[in-house]
Amino acid sequence: MDALLIQVLNGLDKGAAYALIALGLTLIFGTLGVVNFAHGALFMIGAFCAVTMQRILNISTSVIDETQTDFLGNPLKIETPVIQNWFGPEMGAAIQDWSVPLSVILVVPVMFFVGYAMERGLIKHFYKRPHADQILVTFGLAIVIGELIKAFYGANPIQTPAPAALSGTIDFGTWFGFEAGAVLYPAWRLVYFLFAGAVIAAVFAFLQFTTFGMVVRAGMADRETVGLLGIDIDKRFTLMFGLAAAVAGLAGMMYTPILSPHYNIGMDFLVLSFVVVVVGGMGSLPGAVLAGFMLGILQSFASMNEVKAIIPGIDQIIIYLVAIIILLTRPRGLMGRKGVMED
Amino acid sequence: MLGLNSHDLKMFIVIAILTLAAPILLNPFPDASALGESFNAGYPALMQRFVIFGILVIGFNLLFGLTGYLSFGHAAFLGIGSYAAVWMFKLLSYNIVPAILLSVIVAGLVSVVIGYVSLRRSGIYFSILTLAFAQMMYAIAYSDLLGRMFGITVTNGETGLQVYNDDPQILMSAGDPTVPHLFGITMNGSSTWNVGGWSFIFQNGYYLSAIFMIAAFYLSIRIFRSPFGLMLRAIKSNQTRMHYTGLNTKPYMLAAFVISGMYAGLAGGLLSAMDPLTGAERMFWTASGEIVVMSILGGVGTLIGPVLGAGLIKYLENIVSKINDGILHNWFAFMPDWLDNLLVTIIHPFIGKGWHLTLGLLFMAVVIFLPGGLVEGGQRIGRLFRRKKSTDAANGATKPAE
Amino acid sequence: MTKSNFTRRGLLKTSAVAGAGLAVPTIFTASSASAFTNEPTGDTVTFGFNVPQTGAYAEEGLDELRAQELALEHLNGMGDGGMLNTFSSKVLDGTGIMGKRVNMKTGDTQTKSDVARASAQSMIQKDGCIMINGGSSSGVAIAVQGLCQEAGVIFMAGLTHSNDTTGKDRKANGFRHFFNGYMSGAALGPVLEKAYGTERNAYHLTADYTWGWTQQESIQAVTEAMGWTTTQNVLTPVGAGDFSSYIAPILNSGADTLILNHYGGDMVNSLTQAVQFGLKDKQVNGKDFKIIVPLYSELMAKGAGSNIEGVYGSMNWNWQLGDEGTAAFVKSFGEKYGFPPSGAAHTCYVQTLLYADAVTRAGSFNPCAVVEALEDFEFDGMGNGPTLYRGSDHQCFKDVLVMEGVASPSGNAAMVGYDTLSIVEQTPRAQVEYPEDHPMFAGGSLGECNPGA
Repeated sequence: MDALLIQVLNGLDKGAAYALIALGLTLIFGTLGVVNFAHGALFMIGAFCAVTMQRILNISTSVIDETQTDFLGNPLKIETPVIQNWFGPEMGAAIQDWSVPLSVILVVPVMFFVGYAMERGLIKHFYKRPHADQILVTFGLAIVIGELIKAFYGANPIQTPAPAALSGTIDFGTWFGFEAGAVLYPAWRLVYFLFAGAVIAAVFAFLQFTTFGMVVRAGMADRETVGLLGIDIDKRFTLMFGLAAAVAGLAGMMYTPILSPHYNIGMDFLVLSFVVVVVGGMGSLPGAVLAGFMLGILQSFASMNEVKAIIPGIDQIIIYLVAIIILLTRPRGLMGRKGVMED
Repeated sequence: MLGLNSHDLKMFIVIAILTLAAPILLNPFPDASALGESFNAGYPALMQRFVIFGILVIGFNLLFGLTGYLSFGHAAFLGIGSYAAVWMFKLLSYNIVPAILLSVIVAGLVSVVIGYVSLRRSGIYFSILTLAFAQMMYAIAYSDLLGRMFGITVTNGETGLQVYNDDPQILMSAGDPTVPHLFGITMNGSSTWNVGGWSFIFQNGYYLSAIFMIAAFYLSIRIFRSPFGLMLRAIKSNQTRMHYTGLNTKPYMLAAFVISGMYAGLAGGLLSAMDPLTGAERMFWTASGEIVVMSILGGVGTLIGPVLGAGLIKYLENIVSKINDGILHNWFAFMPDWLDNLLVTIIHPFIGKGWHLTLGLLFMAVVIFLPGGLVEGGQRIGRLFRRKKSTDAANGATKPAE
Repeated sequence: MTKSNFTRRGLLKTSAVAGAGLAVPTIFTASSASAFTNEPTGDTVTFGFNVPQTGAYAEEGLDELRAQELALEHLNGMGDGGMLNTFSSKVLDGTGIMGKRVNMKTGDTQTKSDVARASAQSMIQKDGCIMINGGSSSGVAIAVQGLCQEAGVIFMAGLTHSNDTTGKDRKANGFRHFFNGYMSGAALGPVLEKAYGTERNAYHLTADYTWGWTQQESIQAVTEAMGWTTTQNVLTPVGAGDFSSYIAPILNSGADTLILNHYGGDMVNSLTQAVQFGLKDKQVNGKDFKIIVPLYSELMAKGAGSNIEGVYGSMNWNWQLGDEGTAAFVKSFGEKYGFPPSGAAHTCYVQTLLYADAVTRAGSFNPCAVVEALEDFEFDGMGNGPTLYRGSDHQCFKDVLVMEGVASPSGNAAMVGYDTLSIVEQTPRAQVEYPEDHPMFAGGSLGECNPGA
């Protein structure tokens, strides 16, 4: 029973990550109708914002210490982070410790700008072009972004730890009446789950309860009519693109303590996020979220030793197997709208 | 002639000549020159890839270009074909005839199944279904899950399937070559023509693949121009209307899918015949993506585009990734040192380990400036020349004709 | 951006001469005109360095490339000579190989067998390379080794740790200096027994591909021989990213030791996540829970940061070794690039020198002569103590290092990964030796050396 509970937790956590990525993609792909192969790259930029924040907080002044030597026998350079000079060693170290959550202040503006620039500079010209052209141009962009990251940060995964206060475990089982220590769960994963829930709720609330959101939703349903009403829908779609990029970026940033970021991480998530969006159904935000959680939980269950003992390797194919079954039983995925990208 | 109209015939003959003369045409620079060292592509391994990937993408284009159905799992058929061929080498002998036959047949059968299921959906749903099938097959091959289930070796996992000395090879007799061969003509056998600073290599394996590609190209022209091809294009332009006219479009779509899958199977069989080792990564989604990108880069729905797209990507992958700073210094050796260093610094990010950057920028540039792919680029250049010629002609016409 | 110590005059000269050498009369030649594939004719000889330059192992590949460039410099008499000064064989004198200047071609394997073979083929068919070196995965090493065997050139393997490379898939034209899964197990065993006792329950997470399988098999055999039990061996998909579903069941499985048969990014993620699940702070059956990573590399240690503290593993070589060969190599590498060399860099550097030495001793570039010169060759001064290149399977036998992750003593961020691994023990060669027909290596045969052409 505790084994099941812990896999449910794992599934929810994985699902939260999938849902968050799929949510951003479905804003662009499911509603604006752009096949955005650079969505994984947006996720990666978010993750590397956290790395950048870590680097910024570690900018150091170096003093040459003649009494010590480095590995070649030259005098050793002692590096002191500037932030520790400003705030004192303890406060400075604490700020460095919190670099991942702190990078929110970097991620949101950077991602909005990236999304805005991408839409205005590139995607705008591709709304009317065939999907094939959209694939090629965004795929090219994704490669270029990946290579730029590689040029600056190298190809090795980079350790971006969670704050010490959040990197321990929580004795989750005791909340449900299990004995102490039966269900230990990493605190950061719980933080990620709650964070994802909050972001998803915020996006839904924004689209549901603001005038802006209402116009955008109307525009998704019928772009021409909204345009005829004299509403500048294009501008709103640009902002939507920025919003989608920010959601992807936040997903990437918060995931860095779990998955050390590297320059190819975007491509790793790309295919998965498309599968989640399509299984959820084109054009449906709730569908994307639902599919994300469903696939996450199923994958966790499939990874259990008891299940793998029956069907070896099921954990490697479960997502695709489920995708096939759902798409064959439900023509438009879980909650897809008719006529979106069906031709 | 050959059942082709004059325009198609001209194109077919040009392609055939280019393909057959490739060992010479792709070596424009003397071998030892700085340019030759970097840019010559006329060596067998790369030329084989040009034509084999050409076959693969020609086949893909029959599906995507004609029907508009974007299969995102086409590499699966390539992989299946490769595995089938290597298994023939392991079980029968190194003769490539059964290997290639089986690779086409197996890929055809698998594509019937996947096509039948996937074609029940259209648009993005179809793409994701094909992707899901291919990814499942990749995972099964990479960890040899089938083999694990039955306790035998099916794909030999990540190491890749290859022929071992203790394999049965029941049709093998004592004097047979121990490399893939066509009734004794070994695929890696070649003759070399040394002339001036050049040495041109004519390899049996390349010519076999080239003949297959020319045939595949011919077949593709015939399909494009046939009533069947016309029907597929009609389905692409408006499937609903076809339904209203009482036509069942499914058999046509499935036929296109299976033909395309068999092309991929042939390409896979040939890859194994040229180099008898195959691995799961041939089926990974990036490999499928590469096929899609080759096709779009060249020009979707055009006859010659796919071949150009496949050639360009394979060229970049094999040529640009091998240029390093040393070679750059060699090119610019005649310049003053400061200029040499400056140029090397500028070019450095785009070569060697940075070849992906070049690739990405190229994709963007082509799709932004040449919406119809490389074929459109060619047409633009062609128009430019024709305009010039026609103005020349116009000028000439003013003079009295003597 | 990168350092380049090319002398342009030297290059000009070589290409001019090479051009003259190739301008032979117009004749049709069958491809079997020379005695062996790519027989060097001019006054240069070309090596092919086939390493991952893109993909997950790109950093490792670039480090290999740095070492290979350094090796060429030393062979061609530039720089300080590095390990040539400490190498027990003294035939190399810094004038290239048998008077021929050594050039190189580089290629990108992308850590994919197909691509690696394509790249190696182009080196052999187009660039006239006589030897291929490098690589960062066993699948690629086995694929390229097979190709070199068919083509008739020598393959000096780079980083490849699977037993199969010199076991089931061994080839006459292929040589491996790097150690393997069996040796990791044999070296780790006694250290683990001393540190953790003979009563432990081990839980294995194993990357689901050839290397993972052979690594796991080796470690399980050793630990069970000393009395440990194996609770479970769970195969995990390569590149899974999130390993939580595989780590969570360990908590209540009764196991008190986790063995991570993962490499590269997989290891960085699985170890980080295992630590997040509190495994390091856990107590099971009154024992502290322990994690073991059988194969370490500097780049993995760098990626995993402080998570490796207290985690044992093994390495082929480490820059902190005290012998003079290591000191010479670390000095030339460090002065050129500003940081210490990795184990992957070391093995490629040594392999390049060993090949050059074998050619010189054999007096010929003919692969069969080189094979003969390398087989059962005993040498020293290359950083691992007295070493044997065993003739029966082309595997090097030398001391193996057992490492432990520690907090960085220098506190220097640039040294994370380099000084966060500390040498626990230098396991003597005799302890890691095995007969060539050991069951984990059985089923292969070297075959005949192939000179090609």
